[in-house]
Amino acid sequence: MTGKEYRTITDVKGPLVFLNKTEPVAFGEIVELRLTDGTMKNGQVLDTSDDQVIVQVFEGTASIDKQTGIKFLGDVFKLPVSTDMIGRILDGAGRPRDGGPAIVADEMADIIGAAINPYSRQSPSSFIQTGISAIDACTSLVRGQKLPIFSASGLPHNDIALQIARQAKLVGSDDDFVVVFCAMGITAEEYNFFVHDLERTGALENACLFVNLADDPAVERLITPRLALTAAEYLAFEHDYHVLVIYTDMTNYCESLRQIGAAREEVPGRRGYPGYMYTDLAMLYERAGLVKGKKGSITQFPILTMPGDDITHPIPDLSGYITEGQIVISRELHQKGIYPPINVLPSLSRLMNAGIGDGKTREDHKSVSDQLYAAYAQGRELRGLVAIVGEDALNERDLQLLKFADIFENQFLRQSRDEDRSIGEGTLDYAWELLSNIDTKYLVRLDQKWIDKYHPTDKKE
Amino acid sequence: MEVNPRQNKGSELKMSEENGVIYRISGPVVTAVGISPRMYEVVRVGDEGLMGEVIELHGEQSVIQVYEETSGVRPGEPVIRTGQTLSVQLGPGLLTKIYDGIQRPLPELEKTMGVFIKRGVDADGLDLEKIWDFNATAKAGDSVSSGDVLGTVQETKTIEHRVMVPPGTSGVIKSINSGKFNVTQNVCTLEDGTEIQMMQKWPVRTPRPFTKKHAPEVPLQTGQRILDFLFPLAKGGTAGIPGPFGSGKTVTQQQLAKWSDADIVVYIGCGERGNEMTEVLDEFPHLMDPKTGEALMNRTTMIANTSNMPVAAREASVYTGITIAEYFRDMGYDVALMADSTSRWAEAMREISSRLEEMPGEEGYPAYLSSRLAEFYERAGRVETLAGGDGSVSVIGAVSPPGGDISEPVSQGTLRIVKVFWGLDAGLARQRHFPAINWLNSYSLYPPSLDQWYRDNIKSDFPEIRTEISALLQVEAELQEIVQLVGSDALPVDQQLTLEVARMIREFFLQQNAFHDVDTYSDLKLQYNMAKAILSFQEESKKAIAGGAALEDVVNVPARTDLMRGRFESGYEDKIDQMLEAMNKQIADTMEAN
Ligand SMILES: Nc1ncnc2c1ncn2[C@@H]1O[C@H](COP(=O)(O)OP(=O)(O)OP(=O)(O)O)[C@@H](O)[C@H]1O
Ligand SMILES: [Mg+2]
Repeated sequence: MTGKEYRTITDVKGPLVFLNKTEPVAFGEIVELRLTDGTMKNGQVLDTSDDQVIVQVFEGTASIDKQTGIKFLGDVFKLPVSTDMIGRILDGAGRPRDGGPAIVADEMADIIGAAINPYSRQSPSSFIQTGISAIDACTSLVRGQKLPIFSASGLPHNDIALQIARQAKLVGSDDDFVVVFCAMGITAEEYNFFVHDLERTGALENACLFVNLADDPAVERLITPRLALTAAEYLAFEHDYHVLVIYTDMTNYCESLRQIGAAREEVPGRRGYPGYMYTDLAMLYERAGLVKGKKGSITQFPILTMPGDDITHPIPDLSGYITEGQIVISRELHQKGIYPPINVLPSLSRLMNAGIGDGKTREDHKSVSDQLYAAYAQGRELRGLVAIVGEDALNERDLQLLKFADIFENQFLRQSRDEDRSIGEGTLDYAWELLSNIDTKYLVRLDQKWIDKYHPTDKKE
Repeated sequence: MEVNPRQNKGSELKMSEENGVIYRISGPVVTAVGISPRMYEVVRVGDEGLMGEVIELHGEQSVIQVYEETSGVRPGEPVIRTGQTLSVQLGPGLLTKIYDGIQRPLPELEKTMGVFIKRGVDADGLDLEKIWDFNATAKAGDSVSSGDVLGTVQETKTIEHRVMVPPGTSGVIKSINSGKFNVTQNVCTLEDGTEIQMMQKWPVRTPRPFTKKHAPEVPLQTGQRILDFLFPLAKGGTAGIPGPFGSGKTVTQQQLAKWSDADIVVYIGCGERGNEMTEVLDEFPHLMDPKTGEALMNRTTMIANTSNMPVAAREASVYTGITIAEYFRDMGYDVALMADSTSRWAEAMREISSRLEEMPGEEGYPAYLSSRLAEFYERAGRVETLAGGDGSVSVIGAVSPPGGDISEPVSQGTLRIVKVFWGLDAGLARQRHFPAINWLNSYSLYPPSLDQWYRDNIKSDFPEIRTEISALLQVEAELQEIVQLVGSDALPVDQQLTLEVARMIREFFLQQNAFHDVDTYSDLKLQYNMAKAILSFQEESKKAIAGGAALEDVVNVPARTDLMRGRFESGYEDKIDQMLEAMNKQIADTMEAN
């Protein structure tokens, strides 16, 4: 049935083409469209029956008319994968973008990606030191985790992602990460920023880029992350690489999803996004992890910009429901001139407990992290109160906590873009030093045994 | 265990000869023509024989939800009837297992297809080959009917499996033998020739029968202070845990799975993370059941249909789980079932419904959402079993409201039915106050029916102590409003003390670290003693202050910190009285200092 070209388009709506009278076409089959001027486009079957086939066109439907020829290629979307992808820049549909040769396939991999059997997973538990205190102390990352960055326009999420990509390492191991970078609808300027940084640090040789920019077809964005993850799975599970997948911007991906939903006249879920967006996003995010019997791993860093800085917007909301925590970038801290402006309060790493503690980071890590949170949270709350009643109304404990909130932001959070703090001295010892600004009796989250051992002035020696 | 590609679950099924063909494929929904199956009948779809279930019949067309990925499937491929409705296999071998939403054992799937779940492979829910030691307890000549126990099998170290007469069967036993059998061999024959095996099948969408429902009157003890003490769940009761992402639904559910004093636990991971299931699989074999001293895994069955696994199987997963729970209830056990998250189940319904182009209700959910929720929770309860015993299924459902706003249909539909509401609060989670259950808006409707039990089994004034603790928290909330305006120093000293006492309730009693070896579990007696200690602190402080002591000195006595930190040390239950005495003495001493 391949080879036969149909000219039976009945309707064109948004990114969708409707045609009838075809041979049986497979659900998910890929499609080639030949326009009357000879231009070629690609698409995928979204709905198929004896009477009608609906095709989603990746490059958009501009210039398509009823004379357009449509060929079904007999198979679902597959990506040629090989270790030669490392060091390459590909476009949003997996074709070379760097002027290099086509990837010679070692294997053709189905881009939908089968679900990992939950029984076959291995729990992530190896601490990754990012060298950023806020993350290492309070939202520790482990290998195989999916930890998105919730940001908003105009905030330095890209710097943070790059700093993590540069500095991420397993303490006591020299296994390096391979970076798979996936751009979805970002501007050329943002893209250049990433590429220059990766070039500058030599990381580009150890990276594979899939790039769909703002002026590239919007619908193509729906497959770009699937290509990136397919490459990541191949590298991790066939070739034992530890892969760090950074994708940005998930918000653009979700907009494309919404566009398809609208064109299909589906009943929308919340704020116009498709009801199946949770499942769709899960099909991406769940492709992180470790599996039994394989050495490699996939760690994901999706970046998304929250529309209107609103964390309850469906895009961050549904992401947060799937990922294993989130790192939240704060406009308020950014405006105070603090880099990295990470608000640790709404940030969370759910796999942290498995990755920290004795033999992994340090025995006191959990205690310290809990205490930092508690003290900072209370200090910030007191700021609100002080604004109303003034400092005079505060008792001693409250005054100390109030002051600590500033210390935490200006000293603990703040670090430079190339400052790589070690977890022990750079981060945990520093935290103790800063916590000693509060009377020990108010530090109720700290186990006495850690106070005895680590408190800079109250320790027993 | 034998895994048969493209074969029917349960080898003795008679396949109907009737064949049809696929007309249309739209994601997980496939339309077939040329067959006339029954509603909810299981069919085999396409060349690969994917498993599906008929969910709508109209005209010539049968609409099928398919439990596996459908890409690559074409119109014109065959659809074959099986004559069976979606059922689970019940019998020895359910415990310690992990299944997908349609009861395929995940380890078996791994054996045949490796770490990624491919499709078109079937596997029996029970190991049909495994030989069990059947110990007949009924004897020839006994007259038996549905639900009566014929014999037992030691299924795991701690759980005795009671082999029952399947529902709808009765008669006089002609022969019955103890001995070694697999689950498909006959263990018992009735006078009328009916042969009974250890395995029975039950359609998942139909509740299993029982004699009658009883009012619950025994608490499900969970070891979680805020739950047991303030908002208890009864054995056979229902609870909902709504909360935004990261607020602690899963941790709470896992705590219940670990520490609640149920005999059997069914844990359903419905559309959630793969790693969370792995965590349970890693931990449970090593965690000790406080009741039996054996590994928790012995009493546990898991269903894992993660967010990236097919949505139709996700929809089925809660039914698979609750049917297994009812089956153990019928043996006379107390079963606790956790479903994390019921919102993902509802979303699966929504997705299928929208593919069917049904008229949508609120927020695109099908109009039958609330009745499906009600039917599900209605399968909980404490019952008199067909055999005359006492068994229960408690159901605890997590709810994941978009944006954490519980005015949405799934939360509302759940709250209308469940008797316990544990409301998780993003603000508390952000302050790392865990469990982040809001003590002001959560509730339980069970205390009136449980109070007698507490009086008889824990302490005669248990309900009164609970009332005092809740009242203090209410008063604190009112005082906090004033503090927000004027600061705490402006309050009279007795109110300042009330704030300190309430703070102690929150930080010492309500907060409980699930990840701390000791703090993770407190039994009811200890909970009572801790609550009493707080009230005693209030009492003694009042006296001291009346005697001239400064509030500041009273609240800062070192022995109070010791008492509070003590809960992280093992053997606390033996030390708390002494620590309390030391605290009270130091508080009394603050009077003399002045
Ligand atoms: N009782 C507890 N003790 C200590 N930490 C807790 C407790 N409850 C929750 N947490 C913390 O909160 C985090 C998130 O909890 P959890 O995974 O249960 O959230 P959730 O409500 O299930 O979120 P989601 O809807 O995204 O699945 C945990 O990883 C843990 O760090
Ligand atoms: Mg959860």
